[in-house]
Amino acid sequence: MSEREVLESLRENARYSAADIARMTDLEEAEVEATIEELEAAGVVRGYQAVVDWDKLADERVRAEVELNVTLDRETGYDDIAERLARFPEVKALRLISGDYDFDMEVEGDSIREVSQFISEKVAPVPEITQTVTHYVMTSYKENGIELGDGEDDDRLSFSP
Amino acid sequence: MSFELSDRVQAVPPSGIRRFFEIADERDEVISLGVGEPDFATPWAARDAAIASLEQGKTSYTANRGKTDLREAIADYVADRFDLGYDPDEEIIVTAGASEAVDLAFRAFVDPGDTVAIAQPSYISYEPGVIFAGGEVLPVPTREEDDFRLTVEGLEEAGADEADVLVLCYPNNPTGAIMPAEDLEPIAEFAREHDLLVLSDEIYAELTYDGEHTSIATFEGMRERTIVFNGFSKAHAMTGLRLGYALGPADAIGAMNKIHQYTMLSAPTTAQYAALEALDSCEDDVQEMVDQYDRRRQFVLSRFREIGMDVFEAKGAFYCFPEVPESFTAEEFAEEVLREQGVAVVPGDVFGTGGEGHLRISYATGLEDLREALNRIEAFVADNA
Ligand SMILES: Cc1ncc(COP(=O)(O)O)c(C=O)c1O
Repeated sequence: MSEREVLESLRENARYSAADIARMTDLEEAEVEATIEELEAAGVVRGYQAVVDWDKLADERVRAEVELNVTLDRETGYDDIAERLARFPEVKALRLISGDYDFDMEVEGDSIREVSQFISEKVAPVPEITQTVTHYVMTSYKENGIELGDGEDDDRLSFSP
Repeated sequence: MSFELSDRVQAVPPSGIRRFFEIADERDEVISLGVGEPDFATPWAARDAAIASLEQGKTSYTANRGKTDLREAIADYVADRFDLGYDPDEEIIVTAGASEAVDLAFRAFVDPGDTVAIAQPSYISYEPGVIFAGGEVLPVPTREEDDFRLTVEGLEEAGADEADVLVLCYPNNPTGAIMPAEDLEPIAEFAREHDLLVLSDEIYAELTYDGEHTSIATFEGMRERTIVFNGFSKAHAMTGLRLGYALGPADAIGAMNKIHQYTMLSAPTTAQYAALEALDSCEDDVQEMVDQYDRRRQFVLSRFREIGMDVFEAKGAFYCFPEVPESFTAEEFAEEVLREQGVAVVPGDVFGTGGEGHLRISYATGLEDLREALNRIEAFVADNA
């Protein structure tokens, strides 16, 4: 299952070179390269991004998790609404979920004003949307499986038996 | 007044790695490949069980030999994983780390003047343990040509036929060597023939990447002359919780318990709760860690080959054991690569005869750090070629 091994390595660190991944698995470097190309071509790997701790930067980045409730009619389904919302560049993630509300939307902007304006002017007016509840992110502790903040230093002894 | 140190204490030299500590302390940004402990935290379920036990105020001593349910769980586990059958009531003792179990065995079975053969290179605590017990150490070197496996010829050459006790540690710290069943068989025969008691430290048993771990106690006639040590430090990432155990015939475990009950009373209670949960429900966590170690192992081995350093194909534990380039001794290499590049590694000499000219590299460190450390070692080798 080379695909899986390659994917796991890339998810751990997308910047591992094909040579690094080949060293960790039992695969040839060329095989790793080919697998990555196939995964990209098949749309399994959709992109590569940095995991950022915005709190570490001076210029602020505002993020919000927005709960959306919608009503459907004969012509409009979840996919149609999603397609419309996903087109906004402010929307970083959009998921249809089970439970008390329908969509879970992640929005990013430069200020609280910008984010709330976006929600009230662009999102709320979408006719099928019946309710929005906005939660501003205060502190992020973990993103994409990576813990943020200062973390603990490795305080193990530098030598041990 | 000044303390008059006992001869036994004086007979043990200071640890060979203490000097390196001092250098490492002076330098910032040291990446350490010198640690013999997991970089993972104890699986959450086990930590949770420890916390719950504290919340419930379970903080008193347990039975000397360890909680009954833990001993039962250990009996099931070793039977299931390693084909070892031991009676939880009489043939298992839970200790403060495998370290305590090893010490108990030396004190229970070694008389002053007894000879303890130790397959080397090996874990650094056996030799002092033997000396503290008043015994004499007989190093039995293993060689890279034999994949650092112990052989009957090696035992004979060292004169181990005259020894009283034989200490084995496979998968091995520091070489990462394992002893497959076919290689253990003749060793078992040698032990029976020369009436040796075998102390088999199998704490890295779960960390066997190539094939299955076999315990020497499973060979015919060996159960009655073997004590097996194991514990939760390595595979279950529980070093700081200090929990291990020994398996052996009732008389032998009874003797070890006699010492244990007067020195330790019982192993840490909180840790026993964690260990019980670890055996009950953390199999997947262990497997996940083993998989990660295996990936790191392959990474490290292949990087050493690229760097042009000969490296033995380690198959167990979380160490590999490359040879230093000829222009260095292991000590020089370790000291200079620490000073110049900030990479901490342990010179093989500290692990006894057979370790000279090698480094112990622990890959119980995240891949990112391993990658950086190996780049630095590469630069160091290139600069000093
Ligand atoms: C071979 C071996 N045995 C025993 C130990 C100590 O184990 P514990 O933490 O259970 O005392 C170590 C630790 O490095 C080891 O490498």
